[in-house]
Amino acid sequence: MSQAKLYIPRDAGALGLGSSDVEMAMIAALKKRNIDADFVHTGSRGLYWLEPMIEVATPQGRIAYGPVTVDDVEELVAAGMLDGKPHRLRLGKPEELPFLKHQSRLTFARCGIVDRNSLDDYRAHSGWVGLEKALSLGPAATVDLVTKSGLRGRGGAGFPTGIKWKTVLDTPGAQKYIVCNADEGDSGTYADRMIMEGDPFTLIEGMTIAGVSVGATKGFIYIRSEYPHSIYVMQRAIDRARKAGVLGADAFGSGKAFDLDIREGAGAYVCGEETSMLDSIEGKRGQVRAKPPLPAHKGLFGKPTVINNVISLASVPWILANGAEAYMNFGMGRSRGTMPIQLAGNVRYRGLFETGFGLTLGEIVDDIGGGTASGRPVRAVQVGGPLGAYFPRNLFDTPFDIEAFTAKGGLIGHGGVVVFDDTVDMAKMARFAMEFCSIESCGKCTPCRIGSVRGVETIDKIIKGERREANAALLADLCDTMKFGSLCALGGFVPYPVMSALTHFPEDFGLVRKAA
Amino acid sequence: MPVPNYEPWDETRAAEVIAEAAKQDGACMPILHAVQRTFGYVPEEALPMIAQTLNLSRADVYGVFSFYHDFRHERAGRHVMKLCRAEACQAMGADALHKHARDKLQIGWGETTADGKVTLEPVYCLGLCACAPSGMIDGKVYGGLDNAKLGKLIDRARAA
Repeated sequence: MSQAKLYIPRDAGALGLGSSDVEMAMIAALKKRNIDADFVHTGSRGLYWLEPMIEVATPQGRIAYGPVTVDDVEELVAAGMLDGKPHRLRLGKPEELPFLKHQSRLTFARCGIVDRNSLDDYRAHSGWVGLEKALSLGPAATVDLVTKSGLRGRGGAGFPTGIKWKTVLDTPGAQKYIVCNADEGDSGTYADRMIMEGDPFTLIEGMTIAGVSVGATKGFIYIRSEYPHSIYVMQRAIDRARKAGVLGADAFGSGKAFDLDIREGAGAYVCGEETSMLDSIEGKRGQVRAKPPLPAHKGLFGKPTVINNVISLASVPWILANGAEAYMNFGMGRSRGTMPIQLAGNVRYRGLFETGFGLTLGEIVDDIGGGTASGRPVRAVQVGGPLGAYFPRNLFDTPFDIEAFTAKGGLIGHGGVVVFDDTVDMAKMARFAMEFCSIESCGKCTPCRIGSVRGVETIDKIIKGERREANAALLADLCDTMKFGSLCALGGFVPYPVMSALTHFPEDFGLVRKAA
Repeated sequence: MPVPNYEPWDETRAAEVIAEAAKQDGACMPILHAVQRTFGYVPEEALPMIAQTLNLSRADVYGVFSFYHDFRHERAGRHVMKLCRAEACQAMGADALHKHARDKLQIGWGETTADGKVTLEPVYCLGLCACAPSGMIDGKVYGGLDNAKLGKLIDRARAA
């Protein structure tokens, strides 16, 4: 018999559901039968309700089985899993699964498919094509192409990536930096983690393109300490890329120097804010800087710096390889290209769904997500992390588009969609948002530092029934102050979850719903 | 369950660790991480050593140390159990699960059991939002937790 080949997802999500134990059981089961097998470590395809999803190579292509537990392994092998034979856990070809079939995977095209440790496999799956293109185009044309693609920052702010790059390109400086924001701290988001643990070379390629294009010789990836697996996988990928000459004094044979370093965060949410991240990398308290100066002019160590989110940078190789127009063709309005929507919390089909902007929130939650995991009715959906608004069902016609969400008092943020069923207490969620802000505030500006503490107190009074109407008005006033008076998005955006909960779910605060 | 193997405090060893990490740009955070990885915490005695290496005041270094949730001045329990309190986990019943854990361990957030075996800490998102509720014990991640699964993990941690 020819050598069997199994694909084991090893990202933190799959590991958390037991993929490592399943792999050990599989190794033992095959050894017992004297079957030689090759175990390829991949990331996750992002279908977490089916993880651990194990795939086998067959003459018909890859066949998936999942969710596999340790107890299923013997039975699976006996049933002929290695030949793709039937079993109750057999899912068929993964790419034919409706959840994957209906996606437009550009940034995540390789994630869950390639051997995440292999440079050869990366090249075999169109790796480095974007970087080759960038080198042949030269800096100005590369930056221009990124601008034309319409790519906007995927971390939440939505600033055009190409414009940022152009500012750094046009700013003179002997030393410039690329900083990748991998401090993905928003609850409900895990796209950065998935790409770093599933296709790390894409991020390296994207950062190298940025570096050689704007004239930066050094890049930093700031990864949160809550992601030890990402740090591990990225570090090994950087080591391999350096050894292969992709990174170094003559990066990818370009004649230009570019190298990467990882910086580990230390549990401060606010360091996901770009200027506090710069201070943190410089070895200081992660406090927010006032702007101007823009980081593009005076950023890391006072030098011109591009700061982009992981997904923005990881999308660049595809854009270079396939052209600005191909990317522009996805999306709606001013939100061009694709967005990895991350379905999380109490939702049946939990996972990453990359698609062009424009689906409605209802389509995302009900059709793609399949409603709640608990089977109860959906009551609220928080989009965009802990600083995103809670949307009730009557806003489910809102299209997933940066401007459309802003118009409805919400934000898309990093694309996380957290679903709650009808057991949720929205007053408690509003209190949690304020409490979170008070724990994570960097303390530099008063509206955020003091306002969040006062916010918790005021919500407590409302919940206790103390002068409810007056305190609700006070809370609204406080939120207004925080929104317009805070230095950064932490204090500035926490009014979104608080006020949306208060406006759309007043009954949870013991308040009377106003007539529409 | 593998137990992290920390070294006892030793000034010479600390100087070595600090010197090695100090080679990087903006070395303060990497140094604090390296010290904590070696000894399991950042001892008071390490702060003036770091300050001297980086030509900073002791207050500067203490400022950095105290800003970040991860750094600790005392050694944690034998096992560190971090449970995610963020929204996606709450949507899947994390609050009730955490109460169960606190009751079983008979400690609150940030505390260590009397036998020194388990320190319980909140964490705000492990990126396991599609496998909620989630947690991390000694760096190993667990998704889809319920009272029974977490109870078993607690028993294992207390036994080892």
